Amino acid sequence: MATLSKQKIGSVLAKQGILIAFAVFIVAFTLANNKFLTVDNVFSVVPASAKQGVMALGVTFVVISGNLDLSVGSMMSFSTIVVLDLHDKIGPFLAIPAMFAMTLCLGAFIGILVGYLRLNSLIVTLGMLSAIHGLTLTYSGGQNMDIADKEGTWFSVFGQGTALGIPVPILIFALLAAVLGLMLSRTPFGRKVYAVGGNGTAATFSGIRRARTVFMCYILSAFCVATAGLIQASRSLGSQNTVGQGLELEVLAAVILGGASLMGGSGTIFKTVIGVLILGFIQNGLLLLGLQFYVQYVVTWVIIILAVWLDIAAKRGRLWSPIA
Amino acid sequence: MQPGALSKALKNGAIWGFIVLELIFFSVAGEFMSLSDTAFMDWENMLLLLKQSAPIGIIAMGMTIVMVNGNIDLSVGATFAIAAIILLDSMTWPFMAAMGDWAIPFAWLFALIVGTLLGALNGLLVWKTGVDAFIVTLGSMLGYRGIVFMFNGENPTSHLNWTLVDFAEAEFLGIATASWFLLAATGAMWFLMTKTVHGRNAYAIGDNREAAVNAGIRVGPHMMINFAIIGFLAALSAVVFYSESGSVNPNDGQLYELWVITAVVLGGTKITGGAGSVIGTFGGVIAIQLLRKGLGHIGADTSTVNLVIGLILIAVLFLDRQLNVKGKEALKV
Amino acid sequence: MTDTKPILRLDGIVKTFPGVRALDGVSFAVMPGEVHALMGENGAGKSTLMKVLGGIHQPDGGAIYMGDEQVVMSGPLEAKAKGIVFIHQELSLAEELTVAENIYLGELPRKSFGRVDWKTLAEKTNAILKKLRVGFDALTRVGDLSIANQQMVEIARALTVDAKAVIFDEPTASLTDAEKVVLFDVISDLKADGVGIIYISHRMEEIFKITDRISVLRDGQYQGTVATPETDEERVTQMMIGRKLDLTRNALHHELGDVALEVRGLSCGKLYTDISFEVRRGEVVGFYGLVGAGRTEIAETLFGLRDPSAGQILLDGEEVRLNSPVDAIARGISLVPEDRKGQGLVLGMNCRDNMTLPQVDDLTAGPFVAEGAEVAIFDQYRDQLDIRTPGWRARVGNLSGGNQQKIVIGKWLSMHPSLLIVDEPTRGIDVGSKSEIHKLLRGLAAKGYAVMVISSEMPEVLHVSDRIVAMYSGRIMRTFTSDEVTEDSLIQAISGLGGDGKAA
Repeated sequence: MATLSKQKIGSVLAKQGILIAFAVFIVAFTLANNKFLTVDNVFSVVPASAKQGVMALGVTFVVISGNLDLSVGSMMSFSTIVVLDLHDKIGPFLAIPAMFAMTLCLGAFIGILVGYLRLNSLIVTLGMLSAIHGLTLTYSGGQNMDIADKEGTWFSVFGQGTALGIPVPILIFALLAAVLGLMLSRTPFGRKVYAVGGNGTAATFSGIRRARTVFMCYILSAFCVATAGLIQASRSLGSQNTVGQGLELEVLAAVILGGASLMGGSGTIFKTVIGVLILGFIQNGLLLLGLQFYVQYVVTWVIIILAVWLDIAAKRGRLWSPIA
Repeated sequence: MQPGALSKALKNGAIWGFIVLELIFFSVAGEFMSLSDTAFMDWENMLLLLKQSAPIGIIAMGMTIVMVNGNIDLSVGATFAIAAIILLDSMTWPFMAAMGDWAIPFAWLFALIVGTLLGALNGLLVWKTGVDAFIVTLGSMLGYRGIVFMFNGENPTSHLNWTLVDFAEAEFLGIATASWFLLAATGAMWFLMTKTVHGRNAYAIGDNREAAVNAGIRVGPHMMINFAIIGFLAALSAVVFYSESGSVNPNDGQLYELWVITAVVLGGTKITGGAGSVIGTFGGVIAIQLLRKGLGHIGADTSTVNLVIGLILIAVLFLDRQLNVKGKEALKV
Repeated sequence: MTDTKPILRLDGIVKTFPGVRALDGVSFAVMPGEVHALMGENGAGKSTLMKVLGGIHQPDGGAIYMGDEQVVMSGPLEAKAKGIVFIHQELSLAEELTVAENIYLGELPRKSFGRVDWKTLAEKTNAILKKLRVGFDALTRVGDLSIANQQMVEIARALTVDAKAVIFDEPTASLTDAEKVVLFDVISDLKADGVGIIYISHRMEEIFKITDRISVLRDGQYQGTVATPETDEERVTQMMIGRKLDLTRNALHHELGDVALEVRGLSCGKLYTDISFEVRRGEVVGFYGLVGAGRTEIAETLFGLRDPSAGQILLDGEEVRLNSPVDAIARGISLVPEDRKGQGLVLGMNCRDNMTLPQVDDLTAGPFVAEGAEVAIFDQYRDQLDIRTPGWRARVGNLSGGNQQKIVIGKWLSMHPSLLIVDEPTRGIDVGSKSEIHKLLRGLAAKGYAVMVISSEMPEVLHVSDRIVAMYSGRIMRTFTSDEVTEDSLIQAISGLGGDGKAA
């Protein structure tokens, strides 16, 4: 009986561990610093994590389909630079759709390579990380990109505006999370993503077009990246070429923290959102406690390893791995 | 000739063929486009290239055995930076400073030990927790970088020791110190991977892990040793490089993992493990450095280098797939 | 044999997994110089027993004795050190390494500084290879060898140590007749050296040719040991399945409808050549042959997973091109694949989602999947096929083999196909579920489905088929009606003997 209840506790922890951890964090930080759980603070934390969050939504699809996307960071730099450049050249009305189209083309390129040509996604997106970075530098000539008239443009609304008292980046993140969450959990496409990631061969044997499904995941990922680029560009109205550098790993960390397996087939949008929030709040909480930003790196390291470790430990029913 | 032998020969020689192509292309293109008067295939230029390959190259040798073993290490850039800081910082410690130039070997030793331990920690985590190496080292890439910042915040750490600089800038038989270290690391890893039981077991584990387990090979310690090796080599790379430069930024080494993995994959190591060679990796390292230098020679800037390397990596993967393509009657899954 | 002590003795071994008692008090002993057959149906517990013996699983009860001494196997290395060698059925070779390195995997001879002693290694390996009379040497890369030769490398591993007991798990599955002779020579050499041999195989003729005694497992329980010369195939089979082998044919024929599928001169590279047959509505056509005869490949071609190199496929008299499973499904073809876990199911998904996977695009309400309709489909087939599961939310990976197979069958029945292809429908599932599935297949034919059954089990083919197509090495040897078929003629046809001479 004792072992049974232990197992039960284990499985509850495994399923809801991330939520429990999140709750513990909030409580601990709130106790440590009474500014932590205030509306002001929350509204300042979430917009800062909104672009990572939006990208994490897309990467969740890619990861569930059994692949990786390491190119999102450099792709976001690309979208940010492009939209800022076009803003002054053709105006925001045309710049935004043009930027989306260009980013989606990059996503489609990766989708063809990984989906239809079945190349290893780790290496392909690693290559694209470098290639898109080069593309961005070529496009900008290595210069920072700034909007000439920073005061007089409505373009800043995506990053700096508020609606109904809520910052627009939060609204975009929430809306996208809701739509993509429903898409993943409730639509035939979402079902196919899980099937392809869970067992691609069985999915093919069930008449699912595996290549097309993977392709669509990368398109979605690129769409999210473009949205994140829009938020970033609109928040800062000027940017370096390397604005997204390293974000691919932060984003992947959030998705993994949410419990998606790199083997594919598992994970949800809801859990990814929690993963994003945990990383965002750690960052913010540690700063409020007066700690330097780099402490957050170390804490994130510990949390990621612990989260994934406990997750698989609960699944295999023992803490230590059976590797001899 | 056995069937498949041609494609295999093609694959094994591909990286060297690619290097020759690069040499020809840049020599010819350099004639028309180069801003400088010197020829690309200049002996001095080639020696410089070898020296410049050293930081990435030394780490790539470690990545080869880790990837052949079926793992990956994303934290090498951060380990590189930590080792560099230990090297430079330790020489300012009071007891070390008191020793004068005798502090140098100790500083080297400290840096190498720390690198080895950081690598071994990765390996231990992979072994004991059973978490995928990709995730473990993704985490420690952040964590180790955090540790780097703890030394000096965002300020660079500097310490110039002229004896050290002299040693690092020295040349022996016309070849720079850094190049010697690259060659030594390549030779040592080649010996380890082709001649020793540990190396052969590493291949077996990466190739068919279950078979290795069934044969009683202890997978965990092998993985840990290999991670310790890459940690050691990352530190060695830092030690060689920063002995000369004398100043390290907390962001140094960032994206090294990408360059290193690119070199290893270009050199023909299988991403899933079980196949690959140190010699191939050496070719991959040279090919990348040639490309960087060559593009610079014909007047292209860094952006083009990034673009070209990314696309070449994908092209290599694509060609590899085409060479291994199965018959027309194969199952389409 | 009573005067010698057993070299290896298992006493009351118990092994439980959550919810299953995989081994329940298994005891038997292997004498030195004896070839001891271990038999049982798939899932009877043979492989679990071997894993206990090899130290991969620890038993929950009972003991293992070697000689007089009780031993605990903590792992594969210890088993090997004690002189117990396994020849695995699934090849466990590292393809990139050489033959020598594979044979001595885990115990490469060393020189100073941990170097491999290549010279000794090659000498020792070549000596073993010479004994096996194979046509490759120590330095050949294993990946360059044929499957049969790879199997020989696996077998060579038994000869490296001073083995006390060698366990062969289905060693002949991929060997040619000539190679089998060599293997049997190796076994008799080992036997002459006083080594105890456990021989696991489904092939009765081999068992009766080379073994001394036979032990039988059924559902994890030990059924007894008999001396081979004193028994016969029928009695062993009876011990294995708990009743007499049912070799009755299908006598009931339905009204046959139109030709649903016609195949004319279909070929696919070296996999199969010049295949022609037809399947009518209301008819079950059995495909019988050895593993590798090309039956599964035909099914995969009909399901759009392989491109034929020649020939035509006609559905309801109309020639079709099937480029993908999507095409095949649209044409009303369903395939219950051979490899249930690899090809049939997404083990991490729940029962309902697995069952409705092929039609998830059509089960929609607005943009969303209509979950009500899905549950309705699941309930219908759960009741019809008597699938035992805690509910549709249960992960398919947690179900028993029989229930998993029924999920796959339900998945394809719910598509209402006009042609249903089932490949090894009862592999690895218990006897009860087997006969249910047989009944179901007959029932489907009665409802007017055209059914193709691919099976390697003769009783199954005899039991469900109206006609039987016998295949050998990529060709159809002969087609039997269920009235004219005899076991002998069927066996001859699938061994490449006799037949109607068309392809011989």
